[in-house]
Order: sequence, then C-alpha cells, then structure tokens
Amino acid sequence: MSTFAAVVLFIGVTAYAVLGGADYGAGFWDLTAGAARRGQAPRHLIDHTLAPVWEANHVWLIFCLVMLWTGFPSAFAAIMTTLYIPLGLTALGIVVRGSGFAFRKVVVKTDQQRATGAAFATSSVITPFFLGTVVGGIASGRVPADGHGNPVTSWVNPTSLLGGVLAVGVCAFVAAVFLTAEARTYADAGLERWFRRRAQATAVATGAVALAGIAILHADAGRLFYGLTGRGLPLVLISAACGLASIALLHRAAPRLLQALAVTAAGTVVVGWGVAQYPYLLGTHLRIDEAAAPDATLASLTLVAAAALLLVVPAMALLFVLHQRGRLDTA
Amino acid sequence: MPGLSLVTVGVSLVLADPAQLLPAREQMAFTLGFHIILVPFGVAFTFLMLIANARGIRQNDESALLLARRWSQVAAVLFAVGAVSGTMLSFELGLLWPRMMGTYGPAFGIPFAVEGLFFFLEAIFVAIYVYGWRRMRPWPHFWTGVPVVLSGVGGTLSVVAANAWMNRPGGFTMRDGKIVQVRPLEVIFNGAFWYEAIHMLLAAYMVAGFVVAGVYAAGMLRGRRDRYHRLGLAIPLTVAALATPLQIFVGDVAAREVYRNEPAKFATIEAHPTTGTHVPEVLGGYYANGEVHGGLKVPSGASLLSGYSPSTRIQGLDAMPAEVRPPDRLVTIVHLSFDVMVGIGSALLALSAWYALAWWRRRDLPRSRWFLRATTISGVLAVVALEAGWVVTEVGRQPWTVVGHLLTRDAVATSGNLWLFFAATVALYAAVGAATVYVLRLLRRRWRDQGGATETDVPYGPPRASESTPAAGKA
Repeated sequence: MSTFAAVVLFIGVTAYAVLGGADYGAGFWDLTAGAARRGQAPRHLIDHTLAPVWEANHVWLIFCLVMLWTGFPSAFAAIMTTLYIPLGLTALGIVVRGSGFAFRKVVVKTDQQRATGAAFATSSVITPFFLGTVVGGIASGRVPADGHGNPVTSWVNPTSLLGGVLAVGVCAFVAAVFLTAEARTYADAGLERWFRRRAQATAVATGAVALAGIAILHADAGRLFYGLTGRGLPLVLISAACGLASIALLHRAAPRLLQALAVTAAGTVVVGWGVAQYPYLLGTHLRIDEAAAPDATLASLTLVAAAALLLVVPAMALLFVLHQRGRLDTA
Repeated sequence: MPGLSLVTVGVSLVLADPAQLLPAREQMAFTLGFHIILVPFGVAFTFLMLIANARGIRQNDESALLLARRWSQVAAVLFAVGAVSGTMLSFELGLLWPRMMGTYGPAFGIPFAVEGLFFFLEAIFVAIYVYGWRRMRPWPHFWTGVPVVLSGVGGTLSVVAANAWMNRPGGFTMRDGKIVQVRPLEVIFNGAFWYEAIHMLLAAYMVAGFVVAGVYAAGMLRGRRDRYHRLGLAIPLTVAALATPLQIFVGDVAAREVYRNEPAKFATIEAHPTTGTHVPEVLGGYYANGEVHGGLKVPSGASLLSGYSPSTRIQGLDAMPAEVRPPDRLVTIVHLSFDVMVGIGSALLALSAWYALAWWRRRDLPRSRWFLRATTISGVLAVVALEAGWVVTEVGRQPWTVVGHLLTRDAVATSGNLWLFFAATVALYAAVGAATVYVLRLLRRRWRDQGGATETDVPYGPPRASESTPAAGKA
C-alpha cells in the first residue's frame, strides 16, 4: 500500500519535472532571447506555447505537495524543517513567475513588457535551480528523519548544486526541443533554427554536466551513485540514448517524435532517481513504509489518484490536443 | 516524530512562545487574506461569465457576449495570481506549520487531495475556455466553461472541509502522539463542514457579484448608461442579490451551530465573560478586564438568538481554562469582526431588496443615483465582510490550530528567521497586488477606448482562411 502511494507520488514528481520543467525551460530561453526587437519572435512563440498549459502543468506541484504531506507526513515535515531556505525561495519564485507571465500578456508598453517578462524569465531559471538543490539534498541523505537538518549544508553541497544545475539544463533542453517542434508546425524556418541550435547546445552542456555528475555523486553521495549505476542504470542509459537521438533527429523527425524523445530523456532521469532511492524516502534512514500514513489515508489517496486518471488525464489530453491543433487562440 | 505528542501541549505552556510564532501567524494571515480575495473570482466570477455567455448565444446579444469575453480575460489574470498565491499557501503549511502537518497530515491532508483534483480540472478548463473564444463553436465553447464553475464549487467545499476539520476535528485515532487510524469520510464531512462550506461558497458568489456590479455601477454614474453597462450591472447583481438572503439564513444557522458545538469561539464572538442566561447581544464595544466596554446592548439578545428564549444559557469566556483563553485584544478583534460581517451582510440585504423591488415592479434598475452609489461601494463592503468572516473563524479558533488537540504555538516551525521570509513575502505581494490592480485598470481603459465590439473582440468570429472550421454563426 505504501509503495503504491509512493509510486503515485513519484508519477506526480516526474510529471511536474517534465511538463512543469518544460515551462521553466521556456522561461530560460525567454531570459536569454536578447533585446526587445531581436527577441521578439522567440518570445512570441514561447508566450503562445505556454499560455494555455502552464497553469495545468503547475498543478502537478500541488499534487506532489499534497501527496507528500498526506501520505508521508513525517517526511514532509522533515524536508520542510531542513530545506526551508531553498523551498521558501522556490515559493516566492513561483509567485513571481506566474504573475509575471500573466501580467506580460496584458501590458503593451515595451518597458512594462520588459519588467514583467524579466520577472517571469528570471524566476523561471532560479526556481528549478532551487528545486534541484532540494532534490540533491534529499537524494544525498542530508534530510534527517526527524527533520531540522543543517539549513545550509543540506542544500549547499556538491550533489545539490549538481541537482540545481542539472535541473536548469534539463528544463532548458526539453523546452528547446519542444519549441523547435512548435516552430516547425508554424513553418517558421528561422525560428526553428534558432531553437534547434539552442537545443543542441544545451544537450551538449547538460550531457557534460551529467558526465561530471558521475564523479560528483561517486564522491559525495555513494548510495545514490550505487543505485544509479546498478538498478537505475537501464533508465540512465535510456535517458542518454533518447537525449542523443533527439539531437540527431532534430532536423528531420516529426515534431511529436522529438517531443516524445525529449520527454523520455528528462523523465527517465527522474524515475532513475526514484528507482535508485527505493525503498527509502529519505537517504538510507527513512523507509517508505516507516513514513507512510495509516492505510485508510493511503486508500483515500489511491482513490484520488484513480479519479485523476479518469478525469484529469483525459482533460489534460484534450487541452494539449486542442492546443496542438491550433484551436486555442492566445493572441 | 518525537516531541510532537499531545503530552507536550501541557509542558510547553509554561515555556515561552517560539520566536517564530508571531511572524508565522502574521505571514499566514497576510497571505491567506490576500488569496481569499482572489478566490471568489475563480469560483463565482466564472459563473457570471457563463450566464453572460449563454445569454449572448441564445438571444444573439452582442453586449452579453462582449461582457463574457472580457470577463474571461479578467478571470484569466486573477486565476493566475490566485493559482500562485494558493501555491504559496501550500508551501507555507509546511514551512510555517511543520509540526501541524507532520502529525495531522494523514487526516487534514485528505480534503486537500480532493481539492487537488478540482484544481487540476479548473486550471485545464479555464485555459480552454479563455483561449477558445475565436476558434471553437459557441455551444461547445460554452460547455468547456461549465467544469470551471463546478470544480470551483468542489474546490471550495474541499478546502473549507479542511478548515472546518481544524474547528471540529474528527475521524482519527491517536496513539503516542501519532495518528494511527483515519476514517476519511468523517474527516471530510466533519461537524463544521456543511455550514462553513456553504457559507464560504455563498460568500464567494456575493463578493464576485457585488464587486463586478460595482464596477459597472461606477461607469453608469459617470454617464455610461448603455446596454453593455446595464447588463454588466444586472447579471452580477442579480446573482449577488439571490445569494445574500440565502447567506443571511446560512449564517444564522452557522452561528447557532457554533453556539452549540464551538462554545469557546461563540463566547469570543459574543465577547461574553461569564456563563449564564439572559445574555445580552452586544453590538460594537471592546473587551477588557473581563467585561465589554461601550457598545450597544440588546437585553437577552444573544440568548434569544441562540436558543429562542431569554433563559438560554450561554457559556462564557470564564468556562475556558485560563491557559487556553484568548487574550482580551483577540476577543475584541473577533467580536468586532463578527459585527462588521453581520452589519455589512444586513446592508447588502437591504441593497438586494431595493434591487428586487424595482425589478419586480418595473422590470428595471432602480432609478435613483443613490442606488448606483450604493452598488458601487457594495463590492468593497463585500470584500471587507469576507475578510471579517475569515478573521472570525481563524482568530476565533485561537489559541488552537486543531481545536482541543494542537496549540498554534506547538504547530509552528522552530528554526530559521521567519521575519525575513515574511518581509520578502510582504514586499513581493505588495508588488503583485499593485501590478494586478494596474493590469485590471489597463484592461478597463483599453476597453473603454475601444467602446463597443471591435474586430479582435468579437467572439466566435469567422475562421481564418486556412482553417476548415465551419463558421460559427453570427455573434
């Protein structure tokens, strides 16, 4: 029962990492798109691509928080009392980002668009970084089972910094692939090239960080290294293969295939983390079943998850399909 | 987790409050107070929008369609700000109240899990509806808005279920400071669920109705009395005027439920010092040194209202053990907030009656400019009443977070300097709040300059040449 709840939680984490992550990554490209005139076309595409979906993608984060505090309350309290600095900054970052994006759609003056856009884009880079450090802190066992771990070293450490940088890189990569595909559906060759180059560059950069990460994990988080190179190895390999394939096929393949490859590359990294950590929720000191809420609570969460499968997944599919078919007008 | 057992409640009372208690409470109050203003716009404003939309399609009413479309743009902005400020609250539950979540999460969290579902559906269909105006056919587009309204209702009921559970916790068994057994249905449908949930839902409809009506009333006062403005006033005001008498009734029922089942909160609301009969209803005044000073006393009023008889016995503040009795200042806050809420509710009832009377007699708005003036300020008043009601239920619960189980001082985080977090949050929210107001005013100015419908505004416009969508009827 508790394992099942943990799997549901982790599906939420993966969905948020991939879908929410792509939205964060779009903010990364928005930030780096250059001056107002030069950056107009990519920013317009980003705006159009994100507007109808970012809120729905964002709800996965709420889903994860609720699943964690209801299903594994002691782990939730432990994480919150230890990693409160990066998590507090994440919360503030989320407020800046969402409101900045919503405001930019309405304002028309260039300086106002610049201010709201900068708020949206900067926080889109900072927020996944902090979330990445949180993941690093949890995965490297720096959150004690009773909480109140070191508020600084729990997230300022090699594994956390790797997590932060990797999170920003993966988000940027997935977003660049998505936006390349998006530009192609609009038959905008210039924009397609713009994003393709960036997808390739981030793939190389993120791949390099991941390779360096092997050494970092080996030195700093032995158990995670062991898990990722043992039980998690197939997933890590799939991730690498999909990342490489998406870059190789960036010129030719159908947009849907590219998106699927990028999603798989990002998703398998996250799933790999989960597999490597199983059966522990925190480091090697708090097992999933030890942290779990009573059975009736887990059963309720299962029901909610089933309802989500029946209601939310088709609704979200409808949203994505309508968006892809150009039925949603974001102008 | 160690140190969390209820035994510590007794022990920690002799210790000083944690340094984090004050900033944590201030921050929670501030961010919740901010978020709750946005709630009615996600929950009830969308309903007004659908009424205008349906009327527009059915009666071929261009003004109604234009209103619906513009309202959906406003809803999109407010929904985004509401979504992120709601996320902030989720983080705060853990960052500020970890000892609450760590212990009571298995029960308290269940209604939130249900709420998550509704939030998902709301976010998805809001997007489809808001961006679907131009390229979807009228009725299918209308129907994508219906799940938004329904999930708004469901989401409100779920969140309020969690809040109601804090007032009348049930459905769980504790052993050694840990929840070992949970009965989910008892958690969700706890004793306070129905009256709190319906009260909040109606409040959302009143706030959205009066606020939106107020905007158009202000326009009419400035001489813009076209059909567009009259409709913009009539649709929301009709909904609000229908909700108000219901709300007064539900509020009355709720007050009696609080009298019966939350006697401590009731004594605080009434600022009633000593248990007894023939308790007067005191309007206004302040509470100090065991008695109410000032205010208007209605003899036996409280006894009559709570038990229909002057001999109804009402528990006083003295019945609470001294260590869990709210301080005088807090009693005054809750007491006055209750008076403000009820006072405004009554004024809004009068306004609703005025409107209903004119409509019943002449099928038209009241002619007096005073009616427009009253409607203009009714929105602000409704928001004040909403905040006041929230103060009554939240502050009136103190010093408890989970009544009878967990004191607020034992729920709070014990590490970190929360003043910094609070300061950053206030600064950020001030900017976000100001920007929200600015953006809404910008939209208003833009629409005013456009006057009636323009090319970009006309919903269900002809499809672009490249598309095969059949033309969707003349808007």
